[in-house]
Amino acid sequence: MNSSVSIRDLSLNFGSVSVLKDLNLEINDGEFLVLLGSSGCGKSTLLNCIAGLLDASDGQIFIKGKNVTWEEPKDRGIGMVFQSYALYPQMSVEKNLSFGLQVAKVPQQEIDKRVARAAEILQIQPLLKRKPAELSGGQRQRVAIGRALVRDVDVFLFDEPLSNLDAKLRSELRVEIKRLHQSLNNTMIYVTHDQIEALTLADRIAIMKNGIIQQLADPTTIYNKPRNLFVAGFIGSPSMNFLRGEITKQGDEAFFTANGVNFSVAAYEAPESLQAGRKVILGVRPEHVKVNENLGAEVHEATVDIEEPMGADNLLWLKHAGHTMSVRINGARRFSPGSAVKLGFDMSLASLFDAETELRI
Amino acid sequence: MPDSVTLKTSGGRASGPSGPKPKRVISPRNIILYGTLFVAAAYYLLPLYVMMVTSLKGMPEIRLGNIFSPPVEITFEPWVKAWATACTGLNCDGLSRGFWNSVRITVPSVVLSIAIASVNGYALANWRFKGSEVFFAILVVGAFIPYQVMIYPIVIVLREIGVYGTLTGLIIVHSIFGMPILTLLFRNYFASLPQELFKAARIDGAGFWQIFLKIMLPMSLPIFVVAMILQVTGIWNDFLFGVVFTRPEYYPMTVQLNNIVNSVQGVKEYNVNMAATILTGLVPLVVYFVSGRLFVRGIAAGAVKG
Repeated sequence: MNSSVSIRDLSLNFGSVSVLKDLNLEINDGEFLVLLGSSGCGKSTLLNCIAGLLDASDGQIFIKGKNVTWEEPKDRGIGMVFQSYALYPQMSVEKNLSFGLQVAKVPQQEIDKRVARAAEILQIQPLLKRKPAELSGGQRQRVAIGRALVRDVDVFLFDEPLSNLDAKLRSELRVEIKRLHQSLNNTMIYVTHDQIEALTLADRIAIMKNGIIQQLADPTTIYNKPRNLFVAGFIGSPSMNFLRGEITKQGDEAFFTANGVNFSVAAYEAPESLQAGRKVILGVRPEHVKVNENLGAEVHEATVDIEEPMGADNLLWLKHAGHTMSVRINGARRFSPGSAVKLGFDMSLASLFDAETELRI
Repeated sequence: MPDSVTLKTSGGRASGPSGPKPKRVISPRNIILYGTLFVAAAYYLLPLYVMMVTSLKGMPEIRLGNIFSPPVEITFEPWVKAWATACTGLNCDGLSRGFWNSVRITVPSVVLSIAIASVNGYALANWRFKGSEVFFAILVVGAFIPYQVMIYPIVIVLREIGVYGTLTGLIIVHSIFGMPILTLLFRNYFASLPQELFKAARIDGAGFWQIFLKIMLPMSLPIFVVAMILQVTGIWNDFLFGVVFTRPEYYPMTVQLNNIVNSVQGVKEYNVNMAATILTGLVPLVVYFVSGRLFVRGIAAGAVKG
């Protein structure tokens, strides 16, 4: 597959503050890449660098094989959608869409054609004569997407496009963006702090923290095999259960021991690196903990502390050997607080992290 | 029978008068409030009243000394004289020459200073360059230096470039002196506009001037009105620069007014002086009345988000 956007050793400093550090990223043609992270992690800064709105301190950016590190934004073949829509308030929707083309001196006939096509794809034909102030939030964001669409670009950049919308509209537009990507097959780079958006939209997710990409992988890998403790804790809601402990051996069998309780780690994917005495952190997703059924060989006793019914799911907070553990079970299965239950783990789905490096073992 | 009583009163209320309790027009609070407002208004309006009635009286009537009494015989002659024939030194063409001089000074100065300052403010807000903050700080410090300090150096500069004593020279001086405050005003206004709008325009391929003219300007009417009012009133009311940097034939209206009022020959024509003063103040007054509401809105827009 051809590389569409290629970022090589990119660094960016604001004065003495380093925002991006030697960042490398290859984005394939037609790929939907999501930059995910909490605020201040550098994800929007990276997007602005790709757009050419910020100048890199060091490193290079290639788009479609062309070095665009010092090109003007308009010459990079990108279209961008902003969180605040950034529609020109004094222009009608039609003018908003065609402004960039008029600046580029595209013939009027071609402008009309492209505007009509974008309006059709986004279903905003009835709105063309209106001013942005007369549109709802969802309509405005659709126009903003249209403004990127008419530019006929290779790469779409989205800067938290759904963050200003209410929950219902957000999920609607999320589907529309996904559909748009499937029909256009353009490269899309999408910045968000919302993990649901990231998991649902992305071909690959790059999770960022402190200007460094922590893990770059497809959503399933990110979710099931997080590369370090930060990624494991960031993705998933409620977040992963973490137990601090160490590896112990009883004969040939290795155990994870925490608060005097042993868990067999025989089923873990990399048993050979589990030497006795190694300090580790066990991470288990709430839905991978079994309660009272399909327990497997190893059974632990626990009590229900709090129950949070969420409709489709039921969230239990269990007390088990001195630590609290969240468990997600089917919404139909109810437990009253204080009742005693039996726990089981599927160790093949769990993650073990080195306690010092916080990297996955 | 407490039940029936309650029923009756509630029924009576439903059919009786409704709505909020009527407020009394004459209450202690209103008397104090409007009394204070009236006194304040009278304090500021009384001089204007005296000027108006005096300017409509003939000199014999003024000599009677009742400055608050309305004119017995209304005459517009002092107004005509103030405008057209009052003498300053050897010239006897009244304020009219000063008025036209002021127009020829004010209009180009206002247009020039606002045009330059708006571009300044836009560049400083959106196109930050190395040292732009320092540049801006130095420019703003300029607003705090007393004018008197700079007068003599400016005289020399104007003489050296050959525009001393001309209208051009005065227009240049007014434009430069308007720069600090106007640049500050425009920079803060443009900085308050959403940055993403500017970014979107750059992605759309618009350049420095296209973004300024097509995106920023249409959103900036209020701040332009504010700048215009500041400059028109400031330059129109200027006396010091007008008298220092021009020759008598180019004196602005304020200087002309001073020369008429302070002329030492002959009798003091109070009615002409009053008429001349009102005429001179008329332009800023009209500007305030016409654009007062826009002015307040613009100040608020600049201040809240600045």
